[in-house]
Amino acid sequence: MAAVTGLERPLSPGPARPGRSRAWRAVVFALAGLYFLVPLGASLWYTIHTPTTGVSFAPYAELLTAEGFISSLALSLALALATIALVLLLTLPAMLAVRLFAPGLRPLMEVLCTLPLVVPPITFVAGLSTSLRVGADVLAPTPFWATLIAIQDPGFPVVLVLAYVVLVLPFVYRSLDAGLRTMDVRTLVEAGRNLGASWPQVLLRVVVPNLRSALASASFLTLALVFGEYTVSRLLGYQPFAVWIVTVSGSRGQLSVAVSILSLLLVWLLLLAVSTAFGREKK
Amino acid sequence: MTSKVEFRALRRVFGRTVALDGLDLTIEPGRLVALLGPSGCGKTTALRCVAGFERPDSGAVLIDGEDVTDVPANKRDAGMVFQSYSLFPNLNARDNVAFGPRVRKVPAAVRRARADELLELVGLPGLAGRYPHQLSGGQQQRVALARALALEPRVLLLDEPLSALDAKVRVALREEIRRLQLDLGITTIFVTHDQEEALSIADQVAVLRDGRLEQAGPPAEVYDRPATPFVAEFVGTMNHLPGRLAGDGKVTVLGQALPVDGPAPSGPEVDVLVRPEAVQVSLSPGADPGSGSGEVVAASFRGSSVRLRLLLDGQEILADVPGHEAARLAPGTRVDVRLVERPVLVAAR
Repeated sequence: MAAVTGLERPLSPGPARPGRSRAWRAVVFALAGLYFLVPLGASLWYTIHTPTTGVSFAPYAELLTAEGFISSLALSLALALATIALVLLLTLPAMLAVRLFAPGLRPLMEVLCTLPLVVPPITFVAGLSTSLRVGADVLAPTPFWATLIAIQDPGFPVVLVLAYVVLVLPFVYRSLDAGLRTMDVRTLVEAGRNLGASWPQVLLRVVVPNLRSALASASFLTLALVFGEYTVSRLLGYQPFAVWIVTVSGSRGQLSVAVSILSLLLVWLLLLAVSTAFGREKK
Repeated sequence: MTSKVEFRALRRVFGRTVALDGLDLTIEPGRLVALLGPSGCGKTTALRCVAGFERPDSGAVLIDGEDVTDVPANKRDAGMVFQSYSLFPNLNARDNVAFGPRVRKVPAAVRRARADELLELVGLPGLAGRYPHQLSGGQQQRVALARALALEPRVLLLDEPLSALDAKVRVALREEIRRLQLDLGITTIFVTHDQEEALSIADQVAVLRDGRLEQAGPPAEVYDRPATPFVAEFVGTMNHLPGRLAGDGKVTVLGQALPVDGPAPSGPEVDVLVRPEAVQVSLSPGADPGSGSGEVVAASFRGSSVRLRLLLDGQEILADVPGHEAARLAPGTRVDVRLVERPVLVAAR
């Protein structure tokens, strides 16, 4: 499974041709490194160096103490976690069920899960807000609507979680599908059932442990997407991290670059955390 | 730990394919029964009906007289070994074996001890800490066997457990399965398409065809007295010789008059079914009256015996002769062929 995501195991080395090929590798590596690091380094230098005052970390200090930093970060984090939990809870059992009991439905499921990819976010939001408006009139007397209203909370917009679940569906579906392809799901599930495991036990003790890397990459992608998502949250009037970045940096050059670097660092740290959480795979 | 298993008019249809078409079979407690048949005959479907992975459209599966047709798979109390490698890749051998007891909430120390004991029983002491990818195919199936036995099931189900293994391991492991089965006295259903495998380890061989039972009986009976031409053909090798029915319950074949075994079809022209080992081959053509005369076309060495391919009046016949006689019977040799004086099976032409 590790080979699918390429997260845990290094690629196997090619045929050994020391000398020239090694030198080439170094060159390619250096070029790729420069391509990524030079803009990053330049940005960093731009944020901390001013010709008049010299080196100063003031923009970062300003950011970390700015109004809304903690709250927007916490909101994004909570949204990401909720989205990961919900999307995995929805897709994994569904994908298993389709694989085991209705293989004929697989193409349909694939198309449905890929659909959000071809709908532009702006269209998605427009549709979403229209449905919310119309839904309010049509569905108002139903218990479904009552539930929706009851779980609404300005501090934690459930509607964003629901929207994100749809947005990340293609990526989560692809990751899990790749993971499930690497194992003989039917036989393993049947072996589990045969040994007395109930369906939840089969899921938690047989499927999930063997899907670690796939689950990790699904969570990765969800986390990254939720952290960077701007359109939906902005148009629905919420302020998670991405929206806050735009709001706070505004027209101030140094600050806006500093905030980009900071968010890059944050997301990178979070991905590292997810990777360690799932990476305890036994060799 | 030993139970009686009954199939009652089991029927299962997949789309347009009829996998099981009214299968009736009773398996006595403590017996090893081989379900034998070509692919698509329904043998695996029958096994999966016992395991609870397949629900029959009609009919019932009974274990110890109790109808288990509606009992979910995880409550069937039947241990299964699968055709493909089915060990949980994330668990080592010991934890694989201990999976069932763990689900049943057996204390950790008890289930570990039990797992180690079982691994020793299947001949894998010292490999408890290995992960499936560190084990050979044969070792994996041994672990799977130990895992299936860990809950002391009422029935052991083996779904072509040896088919992915190489010849030598296959023979060794099947002997071991038999030894273990006899030691534990556990009722076992063994699905296979390999007639040699079925004949060598089963108490009873049940030959299936198109979802129906063709014949069930001890291996010797199925081999020597096949109930139908299909069984005769499928179990072992069979020569088809042209024969002519005489009125007195005999059939004339290769100039010999042999009694007919079982009911004879109508019409004087028939196929006479003869095993290769019932064909006697000798040198010196023309000496015996009533013998057919022919020529050795090819010989293939099979260890203790040699299988000869003979040509008699344009008719091909297979004959098994002891290895030491084969030297005289090189390809090109003229030979006499005689059938052993025994009742023969006859099929419609």
